[in-house]
Amino acid sequence: MQKTPPSPSEGAGSALPSGDGGRAMTRRTAIKIGVVGLVGAAVGAGATGAIARLSGPRQPRWRFLTGAEASLLADICDQLIPRDDAPGAAETGAVDYIDRQLCGPYRRHRQAYRQGLDSFDRTCARVFKAPFASLAPADRIRALGLVEKGGAPAELWGDPAQQAFFNMILGHTMQGFYGSPRHGGNRDYASYRMLGLDYPQLVGQDRRGKARS
Amino acid sequence: MSLKHVNAVVVGAGAGGGVVAKELSEAGLSVVVLERGEWVSYETHGVDELINQRTTPLGNAYGPDDRSPRVVEEAPGKWSVVMPNEGAYSNNAACVGSGTVSYGAMAWRFMEKDFRMSSTYGTPDGSTLADWPISYGELEPFYEKAEQEVGVSGDMSTNPFSPPRRRPYPMPAFPYNREGLMLEAAARRLNCHPFPIPMLRNSVPYGGRNACVHNRYCCGFACPNNAKNGTHNTVIPKALATGNCEVRTRSIASEVVVDDGGFARGVRYFDGDDRAQYQTCDLVVLSGGAVETARLLLNSKSHLFPAGAGNRFDWVGRNLQGHAYSGAWGEFADETFDDVGSGATVAISDYSHGNAGLRGGAVLCNEFIRPPYLFTGVRPPGSARWGKEHKDYQRRFFKRTVTVQGPVQEMPMFEARVQADPSVRDHWGIPVARLSGHRHPHDLEIGRFISAQAERWLREAGALRTWRSVPGPGLSGGQHQAGTCRMGDDPRTSVANKFGQVHDIDNLFISDASLHVTNGGFNPVLTIMALGFWVGSYIGTAFKAGRIK
Repeated sequence: MQKTPPSPSEGAGSALPSGDGGRAMTRRTAIKIGVVGLVGAAVGAGATGAIARLSGPRQPRWRFLTGAEASLLADICDQLIPRDDAPGAAETGAVDYIDRQLCGPYRRHRQAYRQGLDSFDRTCARVFKAPFASLAPADRIRALGLVEKGGAPAELWGDPAQQAFFNMILGHTMQGFYGSPRHGGNRDYASYRMLGLDYPQLVGQDRRGKARS
Repeated sequence: MSLKHVNAVVVGAGAGGGVVAKELSEAGLSVVVLERGEWVSYETHGVDELINQRTTPLGNAYGPDDRSPRVVEEAPGKWSVVMPNEGAYSNNAACVGSGTVSYGAMAWRFMEKDFRMSSTYGTPDGSTLADWPISYGELEPFYEKAEQEVGVSGDMSTNPFSPPRRRPYPMPAFPYNREGLMLEAAARRLNCHPFPIPMLRNSVPYGGRNACVHNRYCCGFACPNNAKNGTHNTVIPKALATGNCEVRTRSIASEVVVDDGGFARGVRYFDGDDRAQYQTCDLVVLSGGAVETARLLLNSKSHLFPAGAGNRFDWVGRNLQGHAYSGAWGEFADETFDDVGSGATVAISDYSHGNAGLRGGAVLCNEFIRPPYLFTGVRPPGSARWGKEHKDYQRRFFKRTVTVQGPVQEMPMFEARVQADPSVRDHWGIPVARLSGHRHPHDLEIGRFISAQAERWLREAGALRTWRSVPGPGLSGGQHQAGTCRMGDDPRTSVANKFGQVHDIDNLFISDASLHVTNGGFNPVLTIMALGFWVGSYIGTAFKAGRIK
């Protein structure tokens, strides 16, 4: 079996806000995190609005991403595969998936994430005068659609180009949510449950009886 | 330290090499098989939807890895280095058994006309379309050997287009799954002739191995209960059992040494510790697949063959082809998904030949079960690529979408080719393969016709909405790569003779899809295996008669 590092993201939702800024965890913040853990999946981590800058201190729970990058990425993932009556991408580990691969096969995409997330953040500031996390849902879709179609201000984008960046995140988010859970996404088989696929399959179970049903 | 001299070195333990190794070992020759990959099993990756041989975002389960890049001409003059998990790479696999470990295992015989394409249709402008130097009739006994010795389940009694056969399949056909039942009935209503897809998979216990248990995922994955028949679990173990054969894994062939008398003397390779080795032998058989066999010949420069072994007339690496897969998708009101693997069960061969104004065609089959991630890219034109709408589609249609497609036979192109790259080298310092060229426009005409038939079939089966899928004009190849060392009678327009013997180098042979003059409108693996028996049988007889030394 391929060895994969254990997921560091036990417990709460995949993209906790980093608003504590390194202070010792108080009972109050512990409760707050617990609450976010319960409902954070629904509201999205960025909804706390606690992230102001992408250049904040790196959070120890991520391997490559900074806490701010992870938070922005989670918000993007949640637009690509939003929560409805089934879970969305971020709460099922899409950011874990991407962060993990950035220390593995996707090491080559590190700069594209670092630079692209920064360009996307500046695109939101320029076009919508606000961080992505504080945009209304319709504007979040608009912001991503702009980048998807290559309509964001060109001077904010270099390498990666905006459409390449969008396609990269889109592909990786789909992999995380719809791929095998062993890589960090699709937590608790969320997408398989949504599709009505029994999982894990019992290997060796003879399924021929179903062939003519 | 020099290695012990052997009678034969076989490069590559895939569909062709595995069969040849067995034939030569059983004929009493001492054989060393050099395989760049390793022995693998289901346990290596299990069912990983992101690491297998079909969906490969995080890598190929069964090789190769990033130590073996290639160069591809993506646009005229624009050369890009590509890794094995990228589509443009034209990967097959790198392990003992190669693609036969993880393939979908369709077991087609080519049809009689597939060996006489030029005689049947004439050669279109811009193509090197030609007849094979052997007929279906000559190869038929060797198809039979492949079916019997490797193991095929099938029944052609309802396919009037099936080429003649002397013996029935050794195992009964697989039953239709839900898609198969729907499509079978629809095909009959269209006056077509549906039949079960022949499979290199055990429908009943066979060869000391289990019957298939119909896991969800088969194509792209190794089999957990050894019911899928590749060379790794059939002919290669038989070769080893003779005591005459050694399979040397993690062995990267770099050069066939050809002396000034025009004879192959041995094969240089790098072992698992990257040490240079030289294995001398009486004869060499190349079975690395259409890309790697051509690359190895081109990298084997000698006094007599300064442009590469067998390349006096610049035909090595030419005519790279695969299949112009074409088909259609259909959405259904009711669930079509029954989770009974492998999923592909039904075919029609009504459009393989005899299509007005077209040179050939394709067999049409329903598809293997798709992993959900693969389905995220399956949408009607103009659909949302993300967001709520995309997710809704996934939820609504994952179990209600059927695809029918076929491997459209391609018109070979001289400029579709494999070369040794002048600057990019692999981990071992060997010039990598570089691929360039494009499809013949006629391939796309056939593709449009085939996709229209697929669409019609789906509609008859009850599809509410359908859309077609036809490939682009770019370079072909892929897992069905073929044609780069064409067999023929004329040394000026082919690389090997009809026994796979390289022109001008009497003890150098080829046994893989490189030999294919054309690639049929079918998945090619059974033909590769049949050629393995054909070439292996010739070598065994000729060697013992002292005609190869």
